[in-house]
Amino acid sequence: MKPLLRLTSSIVTVPQANIDTDQIVPARFLTTTSMEGLGHTAFHDWRFDEDGNERDGCVFNEPIAKTSEILVAGENFGCGSSREHAPQALADFGFRVVVSSRIADIFRQNAPRCGLLPVVLDETEASWLLQHPETVVTVDLREGFVEFEGHRARFEIEPFARHCLMNGVDPLGFLLEQEAHIKAYEERAA
Amino acid sequence: MAQPQSLYDKLWERHEVLPESDDYPGVLYIDLHLIHEVTSPAGFTMLERRGIPLRRADRTLGMADHSTPTTPPTAAGQWQYGSEDARAQVEKLLENCERHGVQLFDMGHKRRGIVHVVGPELGASQPGMTIVCGDSHTSTHGAFGALAFGIGSTEVGHVMATQCLLQRKAKSMRIRVDGELGRGISAKDLILHIIGKIGVDGGTGHAVEYAGSGIEALDMEARMTVCNMSIEAGARAGMIAPDATTIEYLRGRPMAPSAEAFESAAEDWLSLRTDNDAAFDREVSIDATAVAPTVTYGTNPGMVAPIDQPIPEPTNESERRALEYMQVTAGKPLAGHPIDMVFIGSCTNARMEDLRAAARVMRGKRVAEGVRMLVVPGSETVRGQAEAEGLHEVFTAAGAEWRQPGCSMCLAMNGDIVPAGKTSISTSNRNFEGRQGPGARTLLASPATAAASAVAGSVADPRIDLRAVEVA
Repeated sequence: MKPLLRLTSSIVTVPQANIDTDQIVPARFLTTTSMEGLGHTAFHDWRFDEDGNERDGCVFNEPIAKTSEILVAGENFGCGSSREHAPQALADFGFRVVVSSRIADIFRQNAPRCGLLPVVLDETEASWLLQHPETVVTVDLREGFVEFEGHRARFEIEPFARHCLMNGVDPLGFLLEQEAHIKAYEERAA
Repeated sequence: MAQPQSLYDKLWERHEVLPESDDYPGVLYIDLHLIHEVTSPAGFTMLERRGIPLRRADRTLGMADHSTPTTPPTAAGQWQYGSEDARAQVEKLLENCERHGVQLFDMGHKRRGIVHVVGPELGASQPGMTIVCGDSHTSTHGAFGALAFGIGSTEVGHVMATQCLLQRKAKSMRIRVDGELGRGISAKDLILHIIGKIGVDGGTGHAVEYAGSGIEALDMEARMTVCNMSIEAGARAGMIAPDATTIEYLRGRPMAPSAEAFESAAEDWLSLRTDNDAAFDREVSIDATAVAPTVTYGTNPGMVAPIDQPIPEPTNESERRALEYMQVTAGKPLAGHPIDMVFIGSCTNARMEDLRAAARVMRGKRVAEGVRMLVVPGSETVRGQAEAEGLHEVFTAAGAEWRQPGCSMCLAMNGDIVPAGKTSISTSNRNFEGRQGPGARTLLASPATAAASAVAGSVADPRIDLRAVEVA
């Protein structure tokens, strides 16, 4: 996983509220046994029609989507199923940050495991971005802010998730180091 | 005096290996890890890449349910999978479980079924436990007074490796349901009503406890239906305090504590209930007597209306888009809206009482011309019991398809799909765009409503049929 410290990028905006993980990765793609190379499934049914042709007017088919690293979405992004395929597909598609005024709990917890930073802004800031898709945004994870048009907005992230993202590591190493405590718990609980 | 604690506080405290701090989340011990073919491969791959064993095979149960066919095997015993990938995924689960010594309910096993149906049936899901699965409907097991929630595939790997998860404690919410549900109104109507009240993100960041006389009156299957859809209101976990109903359900189940140990376990379970005066971050009050047969009209489970009341006017672009996708009209009630497909099944509504409720409505009737209906029992146990009661004959005589257990058309990844442009009335849990197949339209409803609609060929109020039964 590539460490994430700070990046500046154009944005892709999807203003719909309640974008669920079935939109992000339709369930029929879940028969895979690998979490790699899922980018082609990202928003698949928004991007392609029944015959596999690109749909006109879908923002993910625009040139900007090929280079943008930041996705800005309407409130309650990532609701629905716990499939980690969803943040994984967005990361594989090229996104490193997802911004919304509210991000669903499981998606928010899964995203950093895939190297995808979840950023929750207040509603005014998020909706301003949704209305200004041409904006270039800087995200600084070390300092915990996003900056656009001279405006700086702070965001909260769980400190350990931040640590893992900044260092490009999975939290499993930390958990494995707790073996003595886990063993002690098991003896206590037995 | 000790601080009064909620059920959630007690469950959390009992499983804290290490408390959370500013820098680190808490380390929470997991009593039961349920795995299935879709979200477990990444966990097994992680173990193998790192060369570490699966820590507690005795606390892990494997189930083939999501990608599995619901048509019977051929005479030669071959299962007809929807795709080669689906077959490979189920075979991979078998291979992984064999290698790591995990008990698996594979194709052909006499107790196989949907993981959230089978765990409780076996008595594996017990009060006081932490239960996780790479599946958001794990909240179902909260009906037993367990802390049960869905996790991602990376976390599946964490539990396999350490039997623990890194978690921060959520905020707490209590939803009090008082009064009695009316005749013909089920737990599904209640939970759809609740989601409509608090919204699809109303529970985000919270662990929900359902309480009150309206919850206490529910049997375990109904409680599971309620807890199952907590995630549809944004809450990872939903739970109900253990009581006599919980204890009697568990008594004698194969994986429940043995007869000698049962009474002391039961005593401990009862001590889990929320103390008087325990504080919640949010409290919501619901009047059970005000719940009507409730059906979704939009593309998320919060867009609900009583079956005979007008669909509300859209208030924003997302809602307008949803009505257009669903081809429903604001101002008109859902009753009478034409349907093409009926699905009775899923971890929400594929248990015995669900099938009985549907069969009561359908007995002696026919599925309307041009409507296709699938009835998919939640497990082999449910299938066997339903067949012993002759329910399958009620369905097949009506022209419905009686299938093998599995997740089936709830998420349509096994080949059971609703064709594009068709409308299904479904007892499952999600009505997202394309959930039941690309371009499919889904109306979520109770088993009784779905069955009444199958007969009518359009959305129909099951209370009308019940009245007819009474008159006769």
